[in-house]
Amino acid sequence: MSTVIEHDNTSTRSGVRPPATQDPGFLADTWNVMVRELKPVFREPVSVLFAMVQPLVFLGLFAPLLPEVGNGSALQWFVPGIVAMTALMGASFTGANLTQEIISGSHERLLVSPLSRSSLLVGRSLKEVVPMLMQTAIILLVVTPFSFDLHLGGVLVGMAVLSLFSIGVGALSFALALASKNQEWLFWTVQQTLVFPLLLLAGVLLPLRGAPGWLRAVSDLNPLKYVVEAERALFAGAFPADTVAYGFVGAAVVASLGLVIGLRAMERSS
Amino acid sequence: MPPSVENMSQDTQHPAIRTQALTRHFTRHKQTVEAVRGLDLEVAPGDLVAFLGPNGAGKSTTLRMLTTLIAPTSGTAEVAGYDVVRHQRDVRRSIGYVGQGNAAAHQQRGRDELVSQARAHGMSRADSRRRADELLEAFDLADHGGRPVSTLSGGQRRRLDIAIGLVHTPRLLFLDEPSTGLDPQNRLNLQEQVKRLHTEHGTTIVLTTHYLEEADAIADRVVVIDHGLVIADDTATGLKSGLGDLVTLNFASTEEATVGAQRAGRLAADVALDDSVVTIRTPGGAELAPGLVQDLAVAGAPVRRIEVVGPTLDDVFLDLTGRSLRESIDQTTPTEGAAA
Repeated sequence: MSTVIEHDNTSTRSGVRPPATQDPGFLADTWNVMVRELKPVFREPVSVLFAMVQPLVFLGLFAPLLPEVGNGSALQWFVPGIVAMTALMGASFTGANLTQEIISGSHERLLVSPLSRSSLLVGRSLKEVVPMLMQTAIILLVVTPFSFDLHLGGVLVGMAVLSLFSIGVGALSFALALASKNQEWLFWTVQQTLVFPLLLLAGVLLPLRGAPGWLRAVSDLNPLKYVVEAERALFAGAFPADTVAYGFVGAAVVASLGLVIGLRAMERSS
Repeated sequence: MPPSVENMSQDTQHPAIRTQALTRHFTRHKQTVEAVRGLDLEVAPGDLVAFLGPNGAGKSTTLRMLTTLIAPTSGTAEVAGYDVVRHQRDVRRSIGYVGQGNAAAHQQRGRDELVSQARAHGMSRADSRRRADELLEAFDLADHGGRPVSTLSGGQRRRLDIAIGLVHTPRLLFLDEPSTGLDPQNRLNLQEQVKRLHTEHGTTIVLTTHYLEEADAIADRVVVIDHGLVIADDTATGLKSGLGDLVTLNFASTEEATVGAQRAGRLAADVALDDSVVTIRTPGGAELAPGLVQDLAVAGAPVRRIEVVGPTLDDVFLDLTGRSLRESIDQTTPTEGAAA
């Protein structure tokens, strides 16, 4: 106990800043928040599988039902959608961790710490990229031995698009958690209600080609649709400029929207 | 003028806390609840102060304003020389805070949380790790730092909460209901730790509690809060001194008791007779009792049983509000946490 608190008065007399009062700045704060968020992921990497249960079920039980399409295997068409679905699932679940921290009290501890509100949101959201990359690697490892051709260059560009998308969805999920406060049911109700329509309206499971006009019109407003179309092209090793650009724009819209809404929610959190 | 960053944590010129007409309203279902109503308070560096009151009295709301979690509706508060609204980050850097919940997230490891908190306070990676190990050792958690927080016992988690609050060696520590939910053994341990922190290191400590025994046992100064107002502010001894001891005398019959009450009435004003039992409330009751027993034996009304009890803080609260604090706790639903 005697070492717990040693007030060092000498530093004041010599005019040196005591180490406890330095302001690390936004970038260091954000990095600190991100590293903290990643600790449980690295300590227990198996946890990334949690958000993958549904996508893997679709991959195993739904993909075999798909008819062969003209240009390439059904798997080649289906996998990019499943990768995007996993990113959406993982990033949209992430607010549940914050809900838990709001309930347990650790979120309050962080609010009283010198970490800026913006770093608390941005650091958390940036972390979403890491589990997304781990999950994509797992999916590609699973499907590559089957009728799926791995085009590494395209996959890497696809990951850049999905990273932006994950950061945005993560930020939105945190905003939802902050708005739900300690009502965990509210978080899950809204999350579950939104995720499946988004997936279906993005053509993840079935192509939108034969869809009626109204459904197409709605899906045109879904940023995930453009992300999925870009992923499909890129995973096939093609780089059509407009499709890829639309994918980036769709992901960037989600990222900006997420960060703006998330930052506002974090500023108001108490 | 707030002190410069350089000497902030060493500052002893300013009061640790100064509030002026500090007020907080909550609006719920279109009704305004005045949680804190014009609080004027000054806490000197080195004080150990307990905010005592029933749930919903405004203790936690006050603490949440002082720790920058919520803004005052009106009035001002300075903590460590900094305004809680205009200089939030300076306040946050200067204080340690142990909230009602757990500081460490349940999916994290305790040591990781200590390190991240130290990093948040601007300590280097090496210093942060050293500090984390030092605190785990000091709080008897050395073997548990690598375990997920969810697997720790309630007492271990509470010790970890306090360790996290002390990472940056704050001069001023806030504890919100620190011993709620702990078993009696862990509660005593915690009180021991808080007292030692105060006596050995001169840390200014402000805690809220609805346990009378706790305020009595550890605080130099007890601020009694009820309905958002300070209704008393003194040492525990000072608060109780005005009330006097409660002397209970049992007699063999009502007749003898009547004689006892008459004789006792010459010594004290507050005497009550109930069947064969006489109760006397008077300052110095313990000193007066032996003579009274002797006097009554001579008068032919021998005392069969005597009990002398010093005043408790519950008596103080009863005297101030007309309600027992124990009953208030049982009857009030804990709304304060939800409101904030």
